[in-house]
Order: sequence, then C-alpha cells, then structure tokens
Amino acid sequence: MDVERLVAMANDIANFFDAEPDRKAAVEGVRFHISRFWEARMRRAIIAHVAAGGAGLSPTARDAVALLEPP
Amino acid sequence: MYAKDYRDLGTPAPGGARESVTLEIDGAIVTVPAGTSVMRAAALADHDIPKLCATDTLKAFGSCRVCLVEIEGRKGFPASCTTEVAPGMKVRTQSEALRSLRRGVLELYVSEHPMGSCSAECRCDLEKLAEEHGIAGSRYSNPHAARAQATPKPVDASNPYFRFDNDLCIVCSRCVRACEDTQGTFALTIEGRGLESRVSASQQEPFLESECVSCGACVEACPTGALLEKSVITAGLPQQAVTTTCAYCGVGCSLVAEITDGAVSRMVPNRNGRANQGHACVKGRFAYGYATHGDRVTKPLIRKRITDEWTQVSWDEAIAYAAGEFRRIQAKYGKDSIGGITSSRCTNEETFLVQKLVRAAFGTNNVDTCARVCHSPTGYGLKHTLGESAGTQEFVSVQHADVIMVIGASPTEAHPVFASQMKRRLRAGARLIVVDPRAIPLVKSPHVVADYHLRLLPGTNVAIINALAHVVVTEGLTKDDYVAERCERDSYEKWKRFVADPKNSPEAVEKISGVPAEAIRGAARLYARGPNGAIYYGLGVTEHSQGSTMVMGIANLAMATGNLGREGVGVSPLRGQNNVQGSCDMGSFPHEFSGYRHVSDDAVRAQFESMWNVPLSGEQGLRIPNMFEAALDGSFRGMYIQGEDLAQSDPNTAHVTAALSALECLVIQDIFHNETARFAHVFLPGSSFLEKDGTFTNAERRISRVRKVIEPLAGHADWEVTMMLSNALGYPMRYTHPSEIMDEIAALTPTFAGVSFEKLDQLGSIQWPCNDAAPAGTPTMHVGRFVRGKGKFFVTAYVPTNEKTSSRYPLLLTTGRVLTQYNVGAQTRRTANLAWHSEDRLEIHPHDAEARGIEHGDWVGVTSRAGDTVLRVEITEKVSPGVVYTTFHFPESGANLITTENSDWATNCPEYKVTAVQVVKVAQPAAWQLRRRAQEPAHSPSPLNPMPVD
Repeated sequence: MDVERLVAMANDIANFFDAEPDRKAAVEGVRFHISRFWEARMRRAIIAHVAAGGAGLSPTARDAVALLEPP
Repeated sequence: MYAKDYRDLGTPAPGGARESVTLEIDGAIVTVPAGTSVMRAAALADHDIPKLCATDTLKAFGSCRVCLVEIEGRKGFPASCTTEVAPGMKVRTQSEALRSLRRGVLELYVSEHPMGSCSAECRCDLEKLAEEHGIAGSRYSNPHAARAQATPKPVDASNPYFRFDNDLCIVCSRCVRACEDTQGTFALTIEGRGLESRVSASQQEPFLESECVSCGACVEACPTGALLEKSVITAGLPQQAVTTTCAYCGVGCSLVAEITDGAVSRMVPNRNGRANQGHACVKGRFAYGYATHGDRVTKPLIRKRITDEWTQVSWDEAIAYAAGEFRRIQAKYGKDSIGGITSSRCTNEETFLVQKLVRAAFGTNNVDTCARVCHSPTGYGLKHTLGESAGTQEFVSVQHADVIMVIGASPTEAHPVFASQMKRRLRAGARLIVVDPRAIPLVKSPHVVADYHLRLLPGTNVAIINALAHVVVTEGLTKDDYVAERCERDSYEKWKRFVADPKNSPEAVEKISGVPAEAIRGAARLYARGPNGAIYYGLGVTEHSQGSTMVMGIANLAMATGNLGREGVGVSPLRGQNNVQGSCDMGSFPHEFSGYRHVSDDAVRAQFESMWNVPLSGEQGLRIPNMFEAALDGSFRGMYIQGEDLAQSDPNTAHVTAALSALECLVIQDIFHNETARFAHVFLPGSSFLEKDGTFTNAERRISRVRKVIEPLAGHADWEVTMMLSNALGYPMRYTHPSEIMDEIAALTPTFAGVSFEKLDQLGSIQWPCNDAAPAGTPTMHVGRFVRGKGKFFVTAYVPTNEKTSSRYPLLLTTGRVLTQYNVGAQTRRTANLAWHSEDRLEIHPHDAEARGIEHGDWVGVTSRAGDTVLRVEITEKVSPGVVYTTFHFPESGANLITTENSDWATNCPEYKVTAVQVVKVAQPAAWQLRRRAQEPAHSPSPLNPMPVD
C-alpha cells in the first residue's frame, strides 16, 4: 500500500476527531474508525509506518495507530 | 393518450380525510368523500359521463361543455367536472336533452377536427365520443380550412420523441395544464383567439427549441392525436403492458412498458406509482432505446492480455476461464487478492448475489459498490447520528413542508419527477432555501423563486451548516423539549457549545464561504421556524473531503430544530442511481452485511454462515480506492465488476487506469463495451432492466418490482450469470427465480423481514423497514424515537480541503448533471436525448472568460494537478466568478482526468466537487479526444429505429 496515501487518510480522520474537546476520546475515535473500516493490509502498513517513526502523521493519528491491534 | 387499459375518472380525488357524502346518480345510490366531483362520483359508480377537457390527473377546467348533467332542483345543465357532490343530490347523466346538448357541442368540435382525422393508434377521445353520439360530420361551414390558414405549419416534429399536429388539436388545454400542474415548467400556452387559437411552445417555437423539457405529460394528457409519440405512430397500438420500475435516477418511477409485436413501443408512468405519482421525465418515458441499441454486447468474450483482440466464446468457456483465473490468482497471491463490485443499476437480488459470491465463493470481504463514489457519506453520517443509513421521508412528504432547503442538489436536472412534486408545493406557498455554488434552475423558475440562495464557494459546506446551526442555537431557535426527549443530552450540550463559538458565526463564515452573513441568518431563521422544515440534498453534500461531516451537520441541524420524525420534515438524500439505496442495503460495502451490520459481529456472521453453509471472514475488505492502491502494489490481482464503469466514473483517471492495467484478471459484466472494458480479460454480456425480474429500492427506501418485459438479449439475466460464475468456482447457487433470492434477503435482513415478491405484487411497493412491527412498510422513519435510540449530535468542525486555488490553478471546478443525460451517459448517449445535449461543456463566468480572452463556444484546456482535458466553453452567470462547472456524461470529455484522489475522511467518497484548475483558450480538443471522437460509433439512433442486435 502507498504509505503516503495512508498517512493522508489517517490525518483526514484525525482532523475530524480533533474537534472533540477530550483528546483521549479523539484518539479513541480515530483508532476505532481505522479498526472498523481499514482492511488488514492497510492497518499493517500504517502500524509498520508508526513503528518506523510515523513521519507525516498528526499527533492524534500517530497515537491512535499506536493503539491499533495488529491484524 | 393514457396507458393501455387506464380508466380515467375525470377529476382527481379530493385530498385529505373527508366525510362521506351519499347521493343518487341515475337511480343508483353512491357514497363518496365530500369534495368529489359529480363526474368522478359517476365514474366510480360505473356511470361514465362524456368528457374532453377533464381528466383525473388535472384539476377540473370546465371548458368543453360535454360533461353536462341534470341535477334535480337546480337550473340549467351544470358541468359535472366542476360541480361537487352534495348530500341527497339526484343526478341524471343521460337524457334526450343532455344528448342533444352534447351532440351540439361535439359537432362544433368535429367542425375543427373532422372525423377520421386521427388514425386508430391515437384512440382519439373526440372521435370516439362523436361516434357514440351518432355524429359523422359537421353541418357547419368549413372552418377547418380557415383555421389552417390562420395557423399554418400544423405539424411540429422537432422533438425526437413526439410530434404536435395542430390540425388535430381541439384546444382543450389539457397539454397546457399538464405542463403547468404536473410538470411545473409552464412551457406551453394557448395563443390567439377563436379559430386562430393554437398550442404554443414558448413563443411559438418548435418544441425542441422551446423551454419544453420533454417530460411527455402533455402527450399523455392529449385526448386526440394532436400530441402523439412517434413510436406509437410507427409501431401501432400496444398489445400488452407490463408494470416495472425505471432504471435511471433514484426517484424510481413506476412505469408501464407497452409492447407491440414483442418490442417496447411506449413507456408511460404508472398512475398508481407511489414515488412518481403518475409522472415521468424525458429519460424514463422516452430514453429506453439503448436497451436494443446495436452497441449491445450479446456474446461472451475473452482475451489473455488487454492488448489482445477479443475472442468470442460460449458462455461455458467464458465462465470457466474467469473462474479458473480467479482460482489461479488466489492460489498464487492469497484469497484476498481478488474482489468484486456490485452495481446500483442492477437489482437488489443481483447485487445481493454478487456480494454473496465475493464473501462466500471468493472467501473475502473485498466487495464494494458504486455508492462509494456518491452517497457512502450519507450511509455513514445518518447511521451515526440517527441510527439508519437512509433518508427519513417518502417523497409525498414534501407536500407538508413549509420550508424546503435544497443543499448541493439540482432536482430539476437530476431528479426531475420529484422536482415537479417539490415545485407544486413551492407554488402552493412553501418557502425555499437553496445552498449551492451554482444558480441551479430551482433558484428562479416560473412561479418559483428561492427566498435565499446561499451561493457558497465549493468546499465550504460544513462552514455554512455550522453557521446555520450557530444562528439557531444563539438566537434560541432550538426545540429543546424535542431534543431533551429524543436525543443524547451530553452530545447536544457539547455540540451547542461548539456551534455557538464565534468562529462559527455567519459573520466569520462569510469570509470563508463568500455568503453574506445576513443571508445565512435569514435562512437559518426561516428553516428553524418552519414549522415544518425539510432538507433535501445531493452529491454536492457528499462528494467532498468532509462529505460525512456535512451529512452529520445536516442531521444535527434537523434534530436541534425538531425537524425529524413526522411528515413534512426530515433529511432526504436524493440518490443518484436507481438502486443506490438498494445496493447499499444489500451488503455491498466491504465492512457490512445486508442491513448495515458489521462483518465483525459474530452473531450476525453466524446467521449468514448458517444460511450460506460456509465460513465467512470477520475482517472488513478493501474499498474501491483501496483496491486500486492494492492493485498498484501487487497484492490485488483480480476483479469481477458488474454494471459499473470505474474507468470513466472514478476520479483521477490516470491513477485508475494504471491500477486496472495491473490486474491479471478483470471480468466485466455490462451491456456495452464501457471504458473499463478496455482493461478487461473477460466480458460477460449483461441484461438491461427490461430483460429481468427483481426489485429496485429508491431514495425513499421504496422497494418496487422490476418485471421482465423482453427476453435477455444475451440469453441470461445478470443474476443467472453470477450464479454460473459461483457454481464454476465450486460454491453452488441454485435459484430458479429472483423471488427466491428476495426470500433469502428477507430471512437474513431484519429491515427486509416482511418483504416478498408476493407482498410487493399485493401492495405495489414497500418502504423498508418492513417487518412484524411494520408489515406494510415504513413511510416515515424515526417517528417517536430514533432508530439508534437517542439521536446523537456530532461536533462538525470545518476543515478546509487540501484542494486550494493557487496562482497556477486559480479556479475551482465543480461537476454535475443535465436533465437529458444520465451519469456516465452509457445509456442516454445511445438515445435521441443527444438532441438536447451532445457534448459536455465548461461553464465559466463572463469575468473569468474575459480575463482569459475566451469567447462563447471556444475550446479551452482545463488543467489540474491530476491531469488535463479540453472542453468547449459556455459563458454564463450560473457560476460565480472563480468557479467553473462541467458535466461528465461523455468519455471523450475526460472530466475525471482532472479530478483528484482527495476523498471523504470517513468513507473515501471522492471529492469530485472541488478541483483547483486553470483554464486557457486552445485551438482544438486534445489529440486523444479527436481520436476518441473518430472512433465513437454514431450515438444518435432514433429509438424508433434502433440499430439491429446481432
């Protein structure tokens, strides 16, 4: 998968949940969304990207991906 | 001329609940609702009264004087069409005096319309009545000749589908009234007086060049042969009639296909059709000729490489090859290396089978549908806020709306039959708010003027909806009692704090959206005060990077103002294709089974595993754009696509075609060689809606029957082909009729639990949910409580799109449709609808055109960061300065060469509506476009003379 595209998608999701005043809830919102809608190879790729430093990801997106369970 | 066997009761039924009135007609006791005309009451008692200007589709007019009756105790001979029944009234419909009066009137008509003028296929009401009254000719001088002198050029054959013959016209005004009352276009009038009176389209223009939208309501209403379908003239009177459902837009009109000598000779709206209320448009009524067009592919084709020529093969060979390739790919790359796409143009049963094939036979959840690129944000947004992925109302609900807000939709162009219903309500006094970057026709049309047109900059929807909510909250216009009873309190309080922030005020949003703050405030007050405020929206809401956010914002606003859960209010997505709602309902998304239940739900999955007798994956699959990405990285190698043209309809064509080219096996099932077929290895001939049984579900959740009118040209309906493929893959499917598939859908889908073909035949149509709690269906959702329990408010912050104008790309391109063409044009380009729209054009504001030295009709190059194309220009103030607009009905236009990969954050629905572009004058189309135009077959057959099929 094109990681650059996945990073952009994750950041778009985080942009929505960042409106949530409670940051913990925002991070959980992103994590839940990705876990419900992203196919396994996409999740594997973004998890690997975070493991490699997570360049380009917003803080909320990065924290959310860090909470994802590996598929 | 009405549909075969239609019984016209003369005047419409009185509306609303009314008391009964009992009267006597020709000695028979008749009981009817108060407000019924004597004419209708007599017809209901099988005492038909002669009539010419009256028809039950139009308000009584009282001009022809043929329907006179005698009423005991009343003087004279009142017209039965304009006389209401009264208790104890005694009516005589037949007497010597009445017969004499009617003969006199009819003889005058015959003096202008000599007996024998109309041919048999007209079923001319005048000549029939005259015959019944023993009139063979007229004693009067030959005014026909005088009339002919006064109104020369009697025949107008300019419209490709019907002709007007003034010599046969009796000036009854039924056509004019149909244009006004039924269609709401006001294109027709009666010009002149006496013998010079004639029907005029616009200012005595040919029909084709006039304001006429060719809906055909006038043709249907004509009691003589003056307005008549050319297909009827050619084919003659129908011998059979089959009721089915239109395969164009999401209105889902019920149509009657009339058949002459085994071929469709005419399509007329079903008077009992609940969605269309007896009306149709230029596409549904007339543009069916594509079904028998010579371009139809009727033999299976295969090739090893996409650079090879196609080889015609048997069905068995094609199916075996496709199945063998899919199994080979899975063996080599894993079971998740293939997937499938369901079609919103196919039936519910066919869609259900494709997703079943993918999940059960392929063993993966890599299934998606074309709703991905249109209304997937609707599903997400409404599910999360209200609890169900569907619109809340039935179309007729609009007749109870006080304020109608149309956001990002152009109903007169994309959903014309519903637009006629909406315009009827607006003419009756409802107020109108339009939220759209473009001056859509509804903003100002005959007898309809929007109170507010919020002409926002493309991409600023969410800012506007937040500003509307800001006004509602800060000015105390919320319905707090309603919200307290029906919504989550915490989410409401949080949302109120959010929208009340000054950054969401109209004054702040004016700077973002370009919409004057006062207009936003006025619109918000108008909507909130309703009392019934109804929101209708289209792809201008969903096809944005914040499409799902905007849908949630709309739901927030409707909940806060108490505008959900009854007639006249609601949130209604106007679905693009005929079965978008159905394809979503049927489990076409990679994360959901039918009825919108996540694949990871063990209990739900167990039901499907038990019924399908196969283990299923609990892991969601790839969406369409994810499939493209996976194809490019080599982990996705095979696709089965039924009735969807990804290469033309999806954004960033270069990206899409690169992905399709990377596939090792692409199987296309379609009726034509579409753009995607250029990348296919197997072509399985599809069947049109006329060739199969099944159901469609329209934008109001209405499930309607599709009935086979002609045999499948390729020998198999689409559901049979999917079954063959599944069987070849080793997963048996043994249905003998689509009704059995619906029975399986009902058994597995709680919202469809009470649906069956038998019940559909009994009731005509059913709006889901249909189950034990609602055995006849559910016209209005969320009555009393929301489907999710308590309605949930979401904080919807405005996040500007990444697609921004710059010095290099200073204009914003947005896209849409025209009335006469449909979607990627595969169907309508193969009909005479080309007479109205034969190429896509780029609309540009005069200021932007002048700055670039562009004149009307010039060719212009349109360039974005994704690609470029060339279009012809139309200079118009319908678009604002800084905004350009085009349609995407012709592949040679290359509209999606320009659109980008930006998409909705929640659903990946493409951001078709916002692309930064530059526009420059060029000498001619691009080389590829010229080559493409040269290759295109002549797409202008008359439906009367469809090209023969092999």
